[in-house]
Amino acid sequence: MTTLSQAATATAPPRLQALRRFARAFLGRPTAVAGLAILVAVAALALAAPLFIHANDLDVIGATGRPMAPPSAHYPLGTDYAGRSILTLLIWGTRPSLAIGVIATALTVVLGTLIGLAAGHFGGAPSRVLMAFTDWFIALPTLVLAICLAAVLGQSDVSITIAIAVTSWPGTARLIRAQTLAVEARPFIERAKALGAGHVQLVFRQVLPNVAPLVLVSSTLTVAGAILTETTLAFLGLGNPTEVSWGAMINQALNSGAVTANAWWYVVPPGIAILIVVLGFVMVGRATEDILNPRMRARS
Amino acid sequence: MASPVTAQVAAETVRDLRAASAGRDFAVYLSRKLATAIVSFAALLVVGFILFSLIPSNPVAALTRGRPTTAKQLAFLTKQLGLNLPVWERFAHFVGNTVTGNLGYSWQFQEPVATLIAQRVWPTLLLVGSATIVSVVIGMWLGIRSGWRPGTLLDRVATGTSITFWSMPTFWLGIMLLVLFASGFGPIPAIFPAGGMSTPGAPGGLTPDHILDVLRHLVLPCLTLVLVTFGQYQMVMRSSVVDELGSPYLLTARAKGLRDAEVERRHAVPNALLPSVTVIFLQIGLVISGVVTVETVYSWPGLGYLAYQALQIPDLPLLEGTFLVFSASVIFFNLVADVLYRFLDPRVRRQ
Repeated sequence: MTTLSQAATATAPPRLQALRRFARAFLGRPTAVAGLAILVAVAALALAAPLFIHANDLDVIGATGRPMAPPSAHYPLGTDYAGRSILTLLIWGTRPSLAIGVIATALTVVLGTLIGLAAGHFGGAPSRVLMAFTDWFIALPTLVLAICLAAVLGQSDVSITIAIAVTSWPGTARLIRAQTLAVEARPFIERAKALGAGHVQLVFRQVLPNVAPLVLVSSTLTVAGAILTETTLAFLGLGNPTEVSWGAMINQALNSGAVTANAWWYVVPPGIAILIVVLGFVMVGRATEDILNPRMRARS
Repeated sequence: MASPVTAQVAAETVRDLRAASAGRDFAVYLSRKLATAIVSFAALLVVGFILFSLIPSNPVAALTRGRPTTAKQLAFLTKQLGLNLPVWERFAHFVGNTVTGNLGYSWQFQEPVATLIAQRVWPTLLLVGSATIVSVVIGMWLGIRSGWRPGTLLDRVATGTSITFWSMPTFWLGIMLLVLFASGFGPIPAIFPAGGMSTPGAPGGLTPDHILDVLRHLVLPCLTLVLVTFGQYQMVMRSSVVDELGSPYLLTARAKGLRDAEVERRHAVPNALLPSVTVIFLQIGLVISGVVTVETVYSWPGLGYLAYQALQIPDLPLLEGTFLVFSASVIFFNLVADVLYRFLDPRVRRQ
């Protein structure tokens, strides 16, 4: 029986074996498991929210509670300036933050990967120009650029998403370029070239699969940054004005005098929620990086 | 056979030659870096033009929003703003105006943008300067301590704290400090003022009272900015100390009989400091991002708060002005970092 299962593991494709090794190492780290648990719980809450929260719970006009009331049995986290339950708003707020964070990261990864692959594969003058552009972009004050872009495009979720993607690709591009250079120095690329593979074949069939795991790791940390930027832009009033989000909640709290009124139940929960979600992504991202690239972690 | 005197002269000539060539090298290096900075600034102008002149579909409509306007007035405004000109001509105008310091006219304050920015520069410099100094001192000290003995309790606590503060939205941290220290919470009295740069109505000028008042207003914004940024310095310093740990020269220093603290202070730290010093200047972009939100929370009358006020309308010329000033200052500090590195690191100087 044992020999049979051992034989099965040995004959499993190498990628599957690597995946199993990775899963074992991942589950062996308490912070990684805690981070993953946070993310699964938050994602489940975001997906299930429409099942128990109705549109009139979020409506400013139809709110039933007293404005800015402290926590009570009926409103466990108190109410906001319009008398809506903070707990309900808090749960609903997971949706825009996660959606914008993940979509913006997907755009960032596509953009950064394409530019990084091109810069790493073609080399020479085009690569130098691309990398100079990337470095120039990294140095710019990201938040200021994102604010300007979102302001020019108008208040909406789409413009926030675009602003985040446009300002956060350079990090991914640098990472992918370095990895592309490393992969292209390996003998199997030479073999593929000798067999007559063209640029597209080389980049997408040979290089990309070897770079992909790193893309995934960097994207976990990118989501963390994207969510922070999303809440900041929403706080500055650049998001969709009719939507409930954590950043907008804190903005309303500040504007409705919750700070001077000592309404801590209005200000504290959204911030804690952002902190927990961001920490979840950071913990998973750092642990994955640690497993896939132990040398890097020991130094940084 | 050369006499000792000629040998000495020869040696001096060689040294002079070397010094001269080092000077020439430095000139070449400096001009190359200056050229990079100028190209960066040109790229910035292109991005600024695309962002604020090409993307907004109709600035005239935004200007006259909600007010009844005749077709003739619209045509006049279009002509006045130069929107009927070809794109390259508009770009040439834009570059000419920006380089000569003409940043346009703010829609909401009805004042030249350059004047508004000039008024707001000093409060931002005060906030950024004080926060950077405190943050660098704390971050570097923690980085040295945790990098010299990686894996100890101090290292883990310092790294964990940095990551937690990094994961916190800056504006929320600012509001929490406001709740705790400015409006008085539970047993904590309201120690610090809640916003602004000085008590309204109080006489200004360089009197001790006024300076003390400004300092009291500075504490909370400065603290927020320090908490958000010190982690970056800590991590950079830590990793450069860790990089030095295995170096042979440290073994030599220990073999000479130096105490561990002395090896750290006199040998490891100076070497590890070099890369970190330049990173301080490269982090300015991060500090600027923090400044926008911190100034917004505390109504600190600086450039970041000005950008927030511009956002509310949105007042595009004013926003564009703050964008250009913030980004240009990043390019400037990158240049300073390059030059400073050359002076600080003898290895780079000799190359």
